[in-house]
Amino acid sequence: MFILEPDGFEKILDSLREKGYRITGPKLRDGAIVLDTIDSAASLPRGVRDHQGPGRYRLEETGDDSWFSYTLGSDSWKKLFFHPIKPLFKTTRDGGLLQIEPEPPREGLKALIGVRPCELQALAIQDKVLAEGEFVDRHYVASRKGTFIVAVNCTVPGGTCFCVSMGTGPVADRGYDISLTELGSNGATRFVARAGSPHGEELLAAASSGKAGESDLQLEAELLEAAAGNMGRSLDVEGLAAALAESGDHPRWEEVAERCQACTNCTMACPTCYCHTVEDSTDLTGSVADRTRVWDSCFTADHSYLHGGSVRETRGARYRQWLTHKLSSWHDQFGGSGCTGCGRCITWCPVGIDITEEAQAVRGTARG
Amino acid sequence: MPLRTTKPKLAVWKFSSCDGCQLSLLDCEDELLAVAGAIEIANFPEASRAVVRGPYNVSLVEGSITTPEEAERIHKIRRNSRIVVAIGACATSGGLQALRNFQDVDELSRLVYAHPEYIESLNNSTPIGDHIFVDHELRGCPVDKAHLVEVLSAFLNGRKPNLPNHAVCVECKRAGVVCVMAAHGTPCLGPVTQAGCDALCPRYNRGCFGCFGPRENPNTAHLATWYLDQCGQTPEEVIRLFRGINANADPFRRESLRHES
Repeated sequence: MFILEPDGFEKILDSLREKGYRITGPKLRDGAIVLDTIDSAASLPRGVRDHQGPGRYRLEETGDDSWFSYTLGSDSWKKLFFHPIKPLFKTTRDGGLLQIEPEPPREGLKALIGVRPCELQALAIQDKVLAEGEFVDRHYVASRKGTFIVAVNCTVPGGTCFCVSMGTGPVADRGYDISLTELGSNGATRFVARAGSPHGEELLAAASSGKAGESDLQLEAELLEAAAGNMGRSLDVEGLAAALAESGDHPRWEEVAERCQACTNCTMACPTCYCHTVEDSTDLTGSVADRTRVWDSCFTADHSYLHGGSVRETRGARYRQWLTHKLSSWHDQFGGSGCTGCGRCITWCPVGIDITEEAQAVRGTARG
Repeated sequence: MPLRTTKPKLAVWKFSSCDGCQLSLLDCEDELLAVAGAIEIANFPEASRAVVRGPYNVSLVEGSITTPEEAERIHKIRRNSRIVVAIGACATSGGLQALRNFQDVDELSRLVYAHPEYIESLNNSTPIGDHIFVDHELRGCPVDKAHLVEVLSAFLNGRKPNLPNHAVCVECKRAGVVCVMAAHGTPCLGPVTQAGCDALCPRYNRGCFGCFGPRENPNTAHLATWYLDQCGQTPEEVIRLFRGINANADPFRRESLRHES
C-alpha cells in the first residue's frame, strides 16, 4: 500500500501516455459527469458532488478541491468496448461477385481513470457475456485487451447507489491495476494506493511518495466503512432471484406499466445491458451494402419482433422482462446477478422508476 | 407488375404544407444525382415544371388534407401510384395547421380574411393516412433527408426501409447526450417521440418538442404527470408541449385535451 500525492497521480498519467495509452476519465459536461478523453489530471472535475434521486441528477460545488466526491453519470465504460454504433462489414457487388469486407477490430491501448468498484464488476459481467462465453465478440475482445484500470474507491456514495446490497462496493477488491482511496482535501489531498497487477505495481513504485502509514490506513478504513453505511438505496437479494422467477403474473407489472415509458433509458445507462440489433443499409444503386450493430433494448417493440409481431407488446411485459432478467434469470444464464447496484437505471429513468422499489414490491407480495 | 424495363417513376405531390419536406429532397445534394440516375422524376413541383403522366411507382406526398379539393385529389394519386409515402408532420399527423382542429374554423376565417365567403376549407386538418392507404410514413418537420434516401433505396433494392419506431431517448444514449430531463429538469418529449432526428434538440440542451410525432406505445399520461409534479410545469404549459407540430397525432391530441379544464 502506497501513498500517492497529486503530482504522483499526474506522473502515472504521464507514463501511461508515454506508453501509448489513450486515457479516458470523468469530465464535466452539460451539468453532468461524462466519460471522455482526458489530457491530464488537471482536466478532471474538482470540488463537485452529485445529488441523485429517482429521475433526478444535479451537480453541486463542494467548496473544497476534492477529486472524487461525485459518483457516476449516465455514461458507463461499456461504450468504449461495446460500441453504441459499430460497423460490422461492407459488401460490394463487383460484377456478379460479392466482396465482403469485414470491419477491422479497433485495437489500441486504453487507460481508464476513476473506475468505481461497481464498474469493475460491470466490466467483469460484460467480459463474461461478450468475451468468455460460447459466442465471442471479437470487437469487444480487441478493444478490451490490455486495458489499464485505475479504480477509485467510493467515499461519497450517491443517492441511488446500492453496491453494498449487490456485494460490488464501495471498495474495489479485484479487476484493477491500481486502486485509490482519496484522503483529505484543500491542499492535503493524497491517496492510499494499491497495486492490482505488476504493471500497476511498477507505476506506483515510481510515482508514489512512499508506503502508507498506519494513520492513513486507519483513516481510509473509517471513510470506507462510513461510505458502506451511507448507501442511498438497498436491495434485499436473499431469495430474490427465486421469488422473481415465480412472479410472471404479479399485478405489480401492470401497475409499473402505468408509469414506465419504455423509453430504454434504464437499459442504455445500465453498464451490463448488452442487447443490440443489426441494421442493413444499401446505396441507391444496390452495389454497396453495410451492416451495422447498434445498441438496442428489451424496451423496444422491434427487439422482440418475430414473424407476426412483437412478443412483448405491453410496457409491463417489457419492464418485467428487463427486471427479471437483470435480477433473476441472469443467474441461470451467467451464474450471477446482472445488477451491480450502480443506481443509474433509477437516476436516469425520466420518470424515476426505482428498481429496488419495484423488485421489493413484487417480492414482498409474491404469491405461492 | 410488369418486369421493370425503364427507370421507376417517382412523383412528389403537395397538399397543405410549407414545401419544406420537398426541399429536403432537393437538399440531398450528394445523393441527388444518384437518385436522378436510379429513378425518373415524373412530377416534382419544387424542382421542375415538367410533368410525366402516371401511373407512378412511388408517390411522395407532402402536406395535410384541409380542403374538399384536396380530399378528392388524394384519391387520384392513390389510384395512380404503386407505393405512397406520406412525408413530414403535415402528411402524417395534420401538421401545425391542425391546431385549428381545436378551434372554430368559421370564427378563425372571419378574423383572418376580409372575405371569408371565398374560403372553402374543411373543419379539420387531417393526415394523408386518414383518407387513403399509405405504405410508409416519414416523420419529422421537416423529414430527415437521409430517411428519404433510405426509403427510396429500400424501394429500389426491394427491402424494408430502416425506420425506427422507438423513442428519441435511444438516440440520446447512443450519442452520449446528457439527459435534459434528469440532469436539468427540462421537460422533454423524447420518451414519447419517435426517433429519427438523431436527438437534435437534446444535443443542444433543449427538450425534444416532438417533431417526429408519437412513437410506438407512448405513455404520455405519466410523462405529463412528471412534467407537472417534477418539472414545475402548469397544465397550460403541458398543453402547449403536446399541442405543437404534431398536435393532431392521436396520443398527443388526447393528452393535450386531458389537461384542458
